[in-house]
Parts: sequence; structure tokens; C-alpha cells
Amino acid sequence: MSTATETIEDLVKTEYKYGFVTDVETESTPPGLSEETIRHISAKKNEPAWLTDWRIKAYQYWLKMPEPTWQFVKYPKINFQDISYFSQPKPKANAPKSLDEVDPKLLEMYEKLGIPLRERGRLAGVAVDAIFDSVSVGTTYREDLAKKGIIFCSFSEAVHEHPDLVKKYLGSVVPYTDNYYAALNSAVFTDGSFCYIPKGVRCPMELSTYFRINAAKSGQFERTLIIADEGAHVSYLEGCTAPMRDENQLHAAVVELVTHDDASIKYSTVQNWYPGDENGVGGIYNFVTKRGLCKGKNSRITWTQVETGSAITWKYPSCILLGDGSKGEFYSVAVVNNMQQADTGTKMIHIGKNTKSTIISKGISAGRGQNSYRGLVEIRKSAENARNFSQCDSMLIGAKCGAHTFPYIEVKNTTASVEHEASTSKIGEDQIFYCNSRGLATQDAVNMIVNGFCKEVFKELPMEFAVEAQKLLGVSLEGSVG
Amino acid sequence: MSKQPILEIKNLHAGVENKKILKGFSLTINAGEVHALMGLNGSGKSTLAAILAGRDGYEVTEGTVTYLGKDLLELDPEERAREGVFLAFQYPVEIPGVNSTYFLKAALNEIRKHHGLQELDAIEFLALVKDKIKLLDLNEDLLKRSVNEGFSGGEKKRAEIFQMAVLEPKLAILDETDSGLDIDALKIVSSGVNKLRRPDSCQLVITHYQRLLNHIIPDFVHVMADGRIVKSGGKELALELEANGYEAILKQ
Ligand SMILES: Nc1ncnc2c1ncn2[C@@H]1O[C@H](COP(=O)(O)OP(=O)(O)OP(=O)(O)O)[C@@H](O)[C@H]1O
Ligand SMILES: [Mg+2]
Repeated sequence: MSTATETIEDLVKTEYKYGFVTDVETESTPPGLSEETIRHISAKKNEPAWLTDWRIKAYQYWLKMPEPTWQFVKYPKINFQDISYFSQPKPKANAPKSLDEVDPKLLEMYEKLGIPLRERGRLAGVAVDAIFDSVSVGTTYREDLAKKGIIFCSFSEAVHEHPDLVKKYLGSVVPYTDNYYAALNSAVFTDGSFCYIPKGVRCPMELSTYFRINAAKSGQFERTLIIADEGAHVSYLEGCTAPMRDENQLHAAVVELVTHDDASIKYSTVQNWYPGDENGVGGIYNFVTKRGLCKGKNSRITWTQVETGSAITWKYPSCILLGDGSKGEFYSVAVVNNMQQADTGTKMIHIGKNTKSTIISKGISAGRGQNSYRGLVEIRKSAENARNFSQCDSMLIGAKCGAHTFPYIEVKNTTASVEHEASTSKIGEDQIFYCNSRGLATQDAVNMIVNGFCKEVFKELPMEFAVEAQKLLGVSLEGSVG
Repeated sequence: MSKQPILEIKNLHAGVENKKILKGFSLTINAGEVHALMGLNGSGKSTLAAILAGRDGYEVTEGTVTYLGKDLLELDPEERAREGVFLAFQYPVEIPGVNSTYFLKAALNEIRKHHGLQELDAIEFLALVKDKIKLLDLNEDLLKRSVNEGFSGGEKKRAEIFQMAVLEPKLAILDETDSGLDIDALKIVSSGVNKLRRPDSCQLVITHYQRLLNHIIPDFVHVMADGRIVKSGGKELALELEANGYEAILKQ
């Protein structure tokens, strides 16, 4: 008889559709890390002395730090001397002044990824900064945004054109002393996006950065800094892909967000770095530090992430709720299939009075994937009437994967209210058969069940990306059942 | 007019691992007919239903099942459903997070696609639902909830028949749809099932109780024991069974 539901553990190949390599001439520094490398990067970018010094200090600090081992992921030791720390598409003569001067092969690649940068093909209502390997290749809609006083440009440009802002905020939320990978990033970061929304301005469109790793053996270390001044609002989206390669590539980014009084930043990520093949060969190590500071009263930071890619994901987008009445939110879907590992979650640090935080985490494990939620809710003594609600749900597909939850709660103020809910469920063969018996194919049944499971998070994404995220989830779980 | 067979089961032997459950089961159901299948606990009724719907894990060692001229056992469960096989489960499973209406719309559209029909959009589908819901006097709120999640036993059974009403199968297998229903619900569900009778479709109703057959009047009644049919008759066989018990019949 037919065996449509086969066995749930039966895994087949997952196709990674962004796995192509773009054939542009790149200029990379040889692998290796030293003070020399850092000075070289800084010089390449024509950086002011204060920034070079800051990098060197970070590097010196990093040298003394032990590599962290507490996270629930396993990987061979990274040889930091094997990585090339700077790679850029070879400039034709000088740096491109406008998109017209960008190598057409690059523009073509972004179009293939669905991120048109050319004038006529631009995404409606979304301003994009595209980062290829280590450098920004172009930012769209800049002039339109500038009319409102909004600065949206590559980090390198910001260093030259808005040094005061950069100097004031760089490292103010994630100091280079923060952790191993943040220190490394501070030393070697090459580019990233910078965004400043002035007082009282509501950014009229989605801002988006698209990260692409292309060159072999290169690490990507970008730095994003977003500041929403008093009463300003912005929604920001980050997307990422990489070619299929059989060696692991390191991605260690830092994102810093600052909101002043009554301001809000909504930061959404659709992370789809190459996850490696079904045997765990290749894939990106995604070791990222993301943190937001709700500096002002009644300000708000929302992190929404859909994490489907990378061999290893290790990130905890967090909020420091300093301003009274400020709000932090974390909505997360993390999917692991095949040999992927994810250790992700958030930290909500309540310092101001009447601060509120919400954590909704949905972990999906399939194949032999391991998914951990790790979260900290810390209510400091000063945080009168702080409120937190956390919900961590795990879903298992098959019997060889794992889900783990590590919630930490520290309460130093008795007026606080902290609620934590958790659940683990399994997609059972009974559920799949029930769907089959109504005419639904197994893969569609799984997608339907998983999407239902993630609903609360998807509704936090900007509309057009919610649709993308659902599709992406379907692709990531392709072949997770027989 | 000659009768059109929809389902022909011939000498079916099947089981799990080392346990034989069906041992020479044969049954033909023609278009327009309703057959009742009765029998002791563990005689293999649900197993038969599961094999017909295509559940994995059963091994067929002998015999054939022909559905509308095709070898049914060759088809994947979703293909069977699209071809018009429907099983109302004895124990419907819960699917948290998946909205009932969305689920049913997806199911119907898979079936429609299979038959080369245009998929229904949300508005068209809701109109259809409104129409069918009357048939079963179903609490509309159930459709706003996740599939079967937190439904009472009776609500689950009623929801199964509601799905049947929407999907309009050619072969409907009802596995103990009456168990768990109160008397009023039994009447409503039975009358719903009766309204779904069509000259070009058929029903196989599995039950332990004669009282269901007061409402859903079968053309034939079969008594099953130890993996096969031991006696067949008209609707009066169910009455005889009710009066004398299985033992008397099995002895004959
Ligand atoms: N997967 C299985 N593994 C082992 N035994 C099974 C399996 N499925 C069914 N059986 C056995 O096969 C026999 C027939 O079961 P089945 O559920 O078909 O009976 P039934 O006629 O529907 O009974 P009831 O009237 O109680 O619903 C029972 O003894 C049951 O335990
Ligand atoms: Mg049964």
C-alpha cells in the first residue's frame, strides 16, 4: 500500500535558492588578523584617528578575552587567522558615486535576490542599503529621505559626513567590552548602515538593509546604528543571504539602537544565511550582538526576527529599558532543520519605572536541528511597577531534533509582575494523516501547522515581509517530513 | 439501469507488523447506497477505515480494493481524498494554531484543483459555509477556532460531518460518528448525513448501535467478526442484533 506519510524522520535535501556566487572581481585582504590588518582596514576607509584608535583598543581588549562556551551550540574552534577581514568589489576607478557606476553584475545579483536597486525597479516604499561582502554598494531613496532630515546611508559615509553623531553613539549601547564577538566586530567592522531620524519625524517608508556575503573565506562584520530622536518613529528591515560554500563563514555583526523620549524603532530581521547542507557541511556562523537602548521616557523598541538560515545562530536582541514608561518587545521565530543549531532569545533589562516588556518566542526544530531559547528578564531595584510577559513555545518535527529553554528571571523590586508561559508540541503523524485525508499534501500540512504556530510573530512583521517570511519558512522546512 | 460500483473490496487481508487484523474482508458498495458495518470491539472496523483512507503502517498481504475502477491502494492518502474518499474519524485530532475555516478552504481547494475547477476565494467559500452550516446546526464560533482544538467530543463529531458536507465526497466512511453524541445531536447529525445522500455517492457507516440506524436508514447491514464479514442483510439485521446480541448471530 502507499506510504505517503512515510516516517517523519525521513529527511531529504533542502534546496537553498540563494546559493549562487556572483562573479565580480573582488579585492580582499589576505587572511589574518593583527593590528596591521586593522590599521589597513581603517586606512582603506580613510578613517579619522579617533576611530582607528577605538578599533585598536577593541582589538587589544579582544585579545585578552576568552572565547565564550556557555551557549548550547557545538562547532569546531574558529581560526581567526584564516579569515579575510576585508573584501570589496573592485572599484572601477574610484568608489561609485551613484548606482549608475555600480558594477552591473552586482545590480543583477540584487535583482535576482528580489532587491532591485536600479531606479526604475526600486521596491516601492522601501529604501534599501545593500551591503556586499564588506561594503555598501548603494542606498536608494536617499534624497527623498534627506528632505525630511532623515539620514540613511552606509556606516562609512556616516563616519565622514556625520562624525559627531557617530562618535556620540558608536559603542554607547554595545561597548566593545561587551562580549567576545562584539569586541571582534568593533576591531574589524567594515561597513553597515547608519540611520538617524530627527525630532518628531515619522519615517515615511520602510528602511531596509540587505546583507550579502559573496567572497570565499571572508568574514562579514557589519555595524548598524539607528537613532530615533525625540518623538521619531522608524521601521527597519534587515535581510541576509550567502552563496553555498562548503566551509563555514563567520558573520559577527553588531546592531545598536537608541530611542529618545516618545520615539520608537521597530527592527525586523529575516535571516536566511546559507544553513549548510543536510550533513552539516558549510553554512554561516551567525554570532550577532543586537541591543536597543530605550533611553527616553515612553520610548519603545520592537525586535522581530525570523531566523531560518545559518549553520549556527547565536543572538539575543535585547532592550535596556532605561526611560520611565518605556517598552521593549521581542517576537521571534527560529527554525532549525538538518544539522542547524540556534541559541537565541532576548534580554529585557528593566531600569525605569513602569517599564514593560513582551517576549514571544517560537522555536521550530526539524531534522537533527537543535533549538534553544535563552532569555533574561531582569527587574532592577529602581524599576517600580515593571511588567513582563514571556511566552516560549517549541515545536518538534520528527524525533531526532531538540528544543531547549533557558529562561532566567532576576527580580529586585517587589512591585514587579513577571509572567512566563512555555509549551512544547510535536507535529504528530496523526495530524499529518488527518490533513492528508482531507486532500492536503504532507508538506503543505506541515507548513500550515507551522505557520499557525508562528502566527503571533508574523503579525508583527511589516505586511509584505510577513508574506515573504511565510514562504521562507516553507522553504526551510522542505523535506522535513517524508 | 445497472448498478455502478463505487467501492469493491475483495478478499482483503491486512494487518500490522505481525498481527493479522483483516482476514478475507469483501464488500461492494454501489452508487446511491448506504451500508452499515457493525461488529464487536476489536473486530477490525477502524482498521478497515484507516486502510481505505490510506493511513501508513498497515500491510496488505492479499486482496484488492477498487475505487471507481482504480486501484485505491496505489494512491497516496491526499490523492484518495481528492478523488472523493472521506473518513469521518472515530477520534478526530486537534491541530492547534490552524484555523478551522482556513483549513477547510485549503482542503476544498485542493479537491477543486484536482478536478480542474477554479479555487474558491474567501468570499465564495464563506458563502458556501453559511449554506452548509444550516444543514448541521453547527455553532459558527467553532469555525473561528483552531481545527478541533478544545472541541467537546460531540462538537468534534459534528465538525467532521460538517467537513463532509463541504467536501462532498463520493465515498464517505463514518467511523462511530454517533458515539459521544447526545440524542438531539444524533438526530441533527443523522439528518445532515441523510441530506448528503446523493445518487452518485455512497456511505459506509460504522456503528455499534441500532439507534443510529433509526435515523440513517441503511440499505445493507453487515456484521463483522475477526476481520471479515460474517453476516449481511437488510436493515432488519441491525434490529435482530440489538435484540439477540452478537453471539446468537455468530453461532448461526
Ligand atoms: N497499529 C496497531 N498496532 C497493533 N494492533 C492494532 C493496531 N491497529 C489495530 N490493532 C488491533 O487490531 C484490532 C482491530 O482494531 P480496530 O480498531 O480496527 O477495531 P474496531 O473494530 O474498530 O473496534 P472498536 O469497535 O472498539 O472501535 C484490535 O485488536 C486492535 O488492538
Ligand atoms: Mg473502531
